[in-house]
Amino acid sequence: MSWTSSLQRKLSEGLPYDQLLPDEQPAYVHSYVYLFGVATIGSFVLLVVTGVILAAFGPQWWHGAAVGHFFNSLHFWAAQAFFFFMVVHLWTAFFQGAWRDGRGLTWVSGVVTFLVSIVTAFTGYVSQQNFDSQWIATQGKDAMNSVGVGAFFNVLNFGQMYGFHVFIMPVVVAGLMGVHLTLVRLRGVVRPYDLPGPSKRRVSEVA
Amino acid sequence: MDAPAHYFHWGFILISTANLIVIALMILVFAAAILVPYPSGKGKQR
Repeated sequence: MSWTSSLQRKLSEGLPYDQLLPDEQPAYVHSYVYLFGVATIGSFVLLVVTGVILAAFGPQWWHGAAVGHFFNSLHFWAAQAFFFFMVVHLWTAFFQGAWRDGRGLTWVSGVVTFLVSIVTAFTGYVSQQNFDSQWIATQGKDAMNSVGVGAFFNVLNFGQMYGFHVFIMPVVVAGLMGVHLTLVRLRGVVRPYDLPGPSKRRVSEVA
Repeated sequence: MDAPAHYFHWGFILISTANLIVIALMILVFAAAILVPYPSGKGKQR
């Protein structure tokens, strides 16, 4: 069997077409804590939309015009919301042991997405084109040089950082989020831990 | 914006007030998400 046929069979078995956008979930998913992942995705969509508008008009617009300022602020607060929800989602996954029952790769892909997002945010902070970004870049260059990547990742080079921020990093983050979501859909949401003690009903009995 | 940041300094802990507020908000939202009952709407359950 060719690799395309094998991939096609795996996908059609793991992700049947009629279950791609499920309208029901296990009973234990009935809680607000399960909404932080999708809140992170929502913030990411807002980041991309505002980022495209900022990129289209450029630094003079986002620093000088009133509407530019507004979109600059929207992009900034979307980044705050993105990390806010991602960290609370991480806490939820951590305290539930979301890596259990064959979900190790789901957890690892989430952690990698988090780390790559930090680099993405950093390239954004040094792309602002103001004194703040100059300060961050001159401080950050020492960190890059100390780990030996300064020659390839020059934080004082606006063009390079801007290219990373508006194209390379968003594509990587979106790809990682796609992998993470696919794994969540393939393996489902982890069952909560059973309550201790013989008198308590087990999750497997109520779910 | 154009002023030095306020810092919370307690022993070896040194953190800007802005970061401290964000962390406190995250803990509050996390606790609220666990404690506040989810509305039992029309959605199907399994």
